[in-house]
Amino acid sequence: MGRITLEKVTKSFGAVKVLHGIDLDIRDGEFIVFVGPSGCGKSTLLRQIAGLDKPTSGDIHIDGKHVNDVPAADRGLAMVFQSYALYPHMSVRQNLAFGLENARMPKAEIESRIAEAARMLEIGEYLDRRPGQLSGGQRQRVAIGRAIVRNPTAFLLDEPLSNLDAELRISMRAELSALHKRLETTMIYVTHDQIEAMTLANRIVVLRKGQIEQVGTPLELYNTPANRFVAGFIGAPSMNFLSGSIAAIGREGTTVTVLGEETLTVPRPADDGMVQQAIAVGVRPQHIRLAGPDQPGISAKVDLVEGLGSETVIHARASTGEPLLAVLAGQHALSSGEDIRLTFDAKDLHLFDEAGLRL
Amino acid sequence: MSTVWQFITRRRGGEGWHWTDIATWVWLIGGLIVMFGPAVWLTLSSFKSPAALSKFPPTILPYVTQEVRVEGFDKALPLYEVKLPDGTSVNLAEKRRIGVIAQMIDPKNPETVHKININDRKPVDMLEFATSNYTEPFLQFDFLRYLWNSVFVTVMATIITLAINSMAAFALSKYKFRGQNLILIIIVGTLMVPLGVIMVPLYSVVSALGLFNNLWGVILPTVATPTGVFLLRQYMLTIPDELIDAARMDKASEWQIYWRIVLPLAAPALAVLAIFSVVWRWNDFLWPLIVLSRSSLYTLQVGLNVYAGQLNVQWQYILAMTVVTMIPVILVFVFLQKFIARGIATSGLK
Repeated sequence: MGRITLEKVTKSFGAVKVLHGIDLDIRDGEFIVFVGPSGCGKSTLLRQIAGLDKPTSGDIHIDGKHVNDVPAADRGLAMVFQSYALYPHMSVRQNLAFGLENARMPKAEIESRIAEAARMLEIGEYLDRRPGQLSGGQRQRVAIGRAIVRNPTAFLLDEPLSNLDAELRISMRAELSALHKRLETTMIYVTHDQIEAMTLANRIVVLRKGQIEQVGTPLELYNTPANRFVAGFIGAPSMNFLSGSIAAIGREGTTVTVLGEETLTVPRPADDGMVQQAIAVGVRPQHIRLAGPDQPGISAKVDLVEGLGSETVIHARASTGEPLLAVLAGQHALSSGEDIRLTFDAKDLHLFDEAGLRL
Repeated sequence: MSTVWQFITRRRGGEGWHWTDIATWVWLIGGLIVMFGPAVWLTLSSFKSPAALSKFPPTILPYVTQEVRVEGFDKALPLYEVKLPDGTSVNLAEKRRIGVIAQMIDPKNPETVHKININDRKPVDMLEFATSNYTEPFLQFDFLRYLWNSVFVTVMATIITLAINSMAAFALSKYKFRGQNLILIIIVGTLMVPLGVIMVPLYSVVSALGLFNNLWGVILPTVATPTGVFLLRQYMLTIPDELIDAARMDKASEWQIYWRIVLPLAAPALAVLAIFSVVWRWNDFLWPLIVLSRSSLYTLQVGLNVYAGQLNVQWQYILAMTVVTMIPVILVFVFLQKFIARGIATSGLK
């Protein structure tokens, strides 16, 4: 069992408020990812759950038990730190055993748990080495192993892959995902990398400035971002935002003018009072394509062309000077300075009002 | 020899002398003489006889006047190089001296007595190491008892110093509490209070506690050192907090975090402090002199003081025993200098 509930959790360091009332219900066995730009409070939130910090107000429940005053060690959680935090003066085996010895577990049980974790993570060969003699990836495994042997109700992972090189990160990501499927234990994972969030999470919690912006499955966040921040944060390269205005509101949806050039009817309702209001029109770079000569579209000037082979990334500037990024499938013979016309489908547009909320 | 010379005269490149070559040379060689000279002088002088010690001008090496045995004389006679009136110079032994005139004889031909003005002769010196300076104190001076007292004081004081200073440093570096910096400043501020200022109050405290004439009276007042707290705190600040968080998640008590995580990781700084503490306590003189008045409790440094009487200072024994007491400290520096350098580098202390 590993259900974790947060109610109105706030945290202040002196006069600085870091968390502004977090409400969250994490289901048992869920892989949940906290994602957000640095300084958004995601690590702070994790530390509140871990018990390494006490929330200023609000309640934390683990499996229905109020744990605000329960010390970290007794919450039944295990944590993997960004720097791995392996004890440098102990061998891998001692690192794994430390927590179990402190819990006064019988020796035989400790041995069997270490053996099991070593087998699962393939670290058996270097159980007697010190962390300093291991590579980054091996240290990462040991850090995860130290969490696994505790047999925790939930794993807390604080940017565990950020110290690895790109290749290793991808393989460790897959391993973590496999590990979660196998253990079926709740995992809370903190990252600033939205690709990690998208690939690992059952649900993603997007945080900004100590507040939850949106909670949802990766595709929910991608397809229906609740606001402009989430829309810009999830998806790579990030979404383009173009200025536009609402021309009319009808039964088929909302008719918007984009950059004053193209008018499209987006199948999405809006309040009648919003006609003529300025809005932001979001469109993902992958949804933009080159317009044919007689098709409607917006004109743009190419700044830079990056040909990646399977796709071509175009950095362009709209007639209003707003930057536009388009990812076109295949290869295109374009050069910088060239005038092009771009178009997109109405169904792929995301509309955000002036407050940044999704229409 | 030529390689040594080549090494000493090595220059910044080119044929000429750059001014930095000269500055470096003067600085390093001068430094060597200033730092090493007294130690060499001490060691060589510790082998001198009392007469050689009081000789003027002083010599570097321990010379004694050569003596010869001459038939018909019970004692060996000192040998002098004498310039005879005819201009030749011969080695003659002194038989007797009256005023400025010495009666001297040729050892091979003891019948003829030459009367020589003492200004016309020079003693024939020879190198002799007066090892009795070392052996005699071991026989008459209670060296082993003093050594034991010194070892006891040094070891106990160092152990207690390490224990309590590391605890203070752990609290000051790894816990957040109100007044943390103030406490640190107060602790470091006590560095500015010299022993002379607190000697009298400290003496009343120690004697009120009944520790007068007790080795613990020497040990306890010295164990809380601001230098040690500061040095260890600076080092412990470099231990990542995540390790301590990890230990907390691993159900470690605060004591276990201190004992099993922080102390082993602070080992290099502890080694430095241990070295410093050994040197300080071993070399302590004034405070043990005040507290200890029974000679069976003397430490080596205080024990040496018995050779400095009111009227007569037996320099030869003081010098020899000073050399002996220096040996442990030198060994500490020779074998542990790596740690000392690191400790100084990490804390900015000397």
